[in-house]
Amino acid sequence: MRHSRRSLFLGLVSGLAMLAALPAAAQQFITVASTTSTENSGLFGHILPIFQAETGIEVRVIAQGTGQALETGRRGDADVVFVHARAQEEKFVAEGWGVQRFDVMYNDFVIVGPAEDPAGLKAAASAADAMAKIAASGASFASRGDDSGTHTAEKNLWKAAGIEPAGAWYLSTGSGMGATLNTAAQVPAYALTDRGTWLSFQNRGGLEVVFEGDAVLFNPYGIMLVNPAKHPSVKAAEGQAFIDWITSDAGRAAIASFKVGGEQLFFPSAN
Amino acid sequence: MQNLHVCKLYSFLFFFQRVLRRFRLDNPFLTALGLIASGDAALMQIIALSLRVTLTAVLIACAVGLPLGAALALGRFPGRGAVIVVFNALMGLPPVVAGLVVYLMLSRSGPLGPLGLLFTPTAMILAQTILILPIVVSLTRSVVEDLWSEYAEQLRSLGAGRVRAVPTLLWDGRVSLLTGVLAGFGRASAEVGAVLIVGGNIAGHTRTMTTAITLETSRGNLGLAVALGIILLGLTLTLNALAWGAGQWARRRLG
Amino acid sequence: MTAPAPILPLALEGVGFEVAGRALLSDLSLRIEAGRRLVVMGANGAGKTLLMRLCHGLIAPSSGRLRWADGSRRPEAQAMVLQRPVLLRRSVAENLDYPLALRGMAAPDRRAAVARALSRFGLGALGDRPARLLSGGEQQRVALARAALMAPQILFLDEPSAALDPSATRQIEEMIAGFSAEGITIVMTTHDLGQARRLAEDVVFLHRGRLVEHGSAADFFAGPQTPEARAFLAGDLFW
Repeated sequence: MRHSRRSLFLGLVSGLAMLAALPAAAQQFITVASTTSTENSGLFGHILPIFQAETGIEVRVIAQGTGQALETGRRGDADVVFVHARAQEEKFVAEGWGVQRFDVMYNDFVIVGPAEDPAGLKAAASAADAMAKIAASGASFASRGDDSGTHTAEKNLWKAAGIEPAGAWYLSTGSGMGATLNTAAQVPAYALTDRGTWLSFQNRGGLEVVFEGDAVLFNPYGIMLVNPAKHPSVKAAEGQAFIDWITSDAGRAAIASFKVGGEQLFFPSAN
Repeated sequence: MQNLHVCKLYSFLFFFQRVLRRFRLDNPFLTALGLIASGDAALMQIIALSLRVTLTAVLIACAVGLPLGAALALGRFPGRGAVIVVFNALMGLPPVVAGLVVYLMLSRSGPLGPLGLLFTPTAMILAQTILILPIVVSLTRSVVEDLWSEYAEQLRSLGAGRVRAVPTLLWDGRVSLLTGVLAGFGRASAEVGAVLIVGGNIAGHTRTMTTAITLETSRGNLGLAVALGIILLGLTLTLNALAWGAGQWARRRLG
Repeated sequence: MTAPAPILPLALEGVGFEVAGRALLSDLSLRIEAGRRLVVMGANGAGKTLLMRLCHGLIAPSSGRLRWADGSRRPEAQAMVLQRPVLLRRSVAENLDYPLALRGMAAPDRRAAVARALSRFGLGALGDRPARLLSGGEQQRVALARAALMAPQILFLDEPSAALDPSATRQIEEMIAGFSAEGITIVMTTHDLGQARRLAEDVVFLHRGRLVEHGSAADFFAGPQTPEARAFLAGDLFW
């Protein structure tokens, strides 16, 4: 009896030791803080293996909201920050958290809404006009409300239209793009989304693209190395290698070759 | 009689199919079975990581929590009541709060930053251990306290004081304590807030079942998300069934 | 190996026990001699179990003192079988092993001692059975065997066969007689007058927490001195 109990205990302890001691990957890796919309589009799944094959550096992406990604960079928990909120990125560099901002690519935002289009956006002349129509009709609008790049763009559109959105029709979900689109599909409501997320989004309900193409809807992405002077633990060399690659011809080709349903999602910036 | 049960089963499945189709969830059961059968490498990796994180956390929480709970049950010291209340309350600690605290500690800007543990499975194990520990401590305390009221005089008569009684009571109460351990496992395997914050949901490194479900939901792949949920429930059910069987066997063999 | 120091006779000097101002035992003076069988008798609530627990050291007296012959406060060479003994949720053999392990006996010695006890007390077939699933009589024999394994010089037994049928009672009494024959001092309580007549060499009679009579069994049963004892033996309710 004693015997079996002791061997059971020893078995548990050695099992625990084995579990905890599983070796971490010995290879090089960098941590990139990016946004959920970029991750959800599937871009990283496409371009990162190409980078790894070329350089042997593994890229681990933490997908968060833009605000959280920048905070991660500020805390030194990531080596590179790759988001799409230009004003916040420039502030990041100005405050000394990032070394330098580089343009990478852009995609665009579209406004989606119920196919019946109660606010008549399909006839809108501009983005500002579209926002005005939504507010005027009282149709529901689902906002991300989380200080993300998308939310910042949305706020700028309201401002351009001279509208302060408030009321029961304005739903601030405080969550990611997917969750907000889920809400929009259910209510149903209008929403601003990046094209990438929309193209790979499955749960559309009765939603479709009701407005697109206005230049103000273009969404530029920027990449920055977290400042090693502030956080010595940053992997500066490998991080810079990634930035160099993604802004190079090879990186641009990789981005351009990423398609969803035959459509290109991201357009590399001419640098 | 058999036919009646079979009829009921079929009509339930039929009705359930209609419900799923209405919500546009193309039979997640089939999706789940298909995923498992195909031995999808990414899925296997996710399942392995989930089990590794949660089981390790359970083991550590038991190693610390079982003796701690027993000591709390048997010990008499000023403030004992307050400690008991605190542990009881911590059973309801929101996982996202636990994750946030661990994140702030392990962040490079935090006190334990130099360890470089953020966004690793180790951080996830730490966060889940914090979640499981109060459950193990509180339930152990309750079981051992009851056992002590039954055993105290006899153990003292045999020459075992409070300290020596701890391992005796823990072993004698093992079947009831197993319930606490399973409750801890259930809480950890079901939570997403803590592992998401401290792990970062990195593909191939810190993506667990629950964070994968969150990801697929946010992508709108609701059918896949439900399928993953079914797989997760299946794992939990299997583990609980095994534990129940072990408990019944122990009860029969050892009273 | 030197023989352990004798702990008997045990002297109680003016021992009293009170709870919330109520005296449950008062002014007990008693000398328990080695090697004899002492039966403590009295009505329910007279304080028999309390006296046993005091002697065994489970509780401390409120007044008076206990003096063991070797001068220790609570000697190791004594054991007690409680009124409702608690067996661990393990096999019979593991229950017998437990007190030996507590005393730091080496594993092979423990195994040998347990095997000897199992065969001596007719528990051989029950060694691997879960102790809690045994019948009342079998559990009592295990509790008794467990106490005996602690190599006591004195054994306290509180109602050892209270809930048992006659055949189980006989087995218990045989075990007790066997211990006595080895020289172990027996102090026991019982309700069963027949059992008291069979087993007692000395008798202590308690009435409402006071020691009322103390003498040889022969004298006590032939002619008790006090009206309380006489009433008790006659089967009357006297309070």
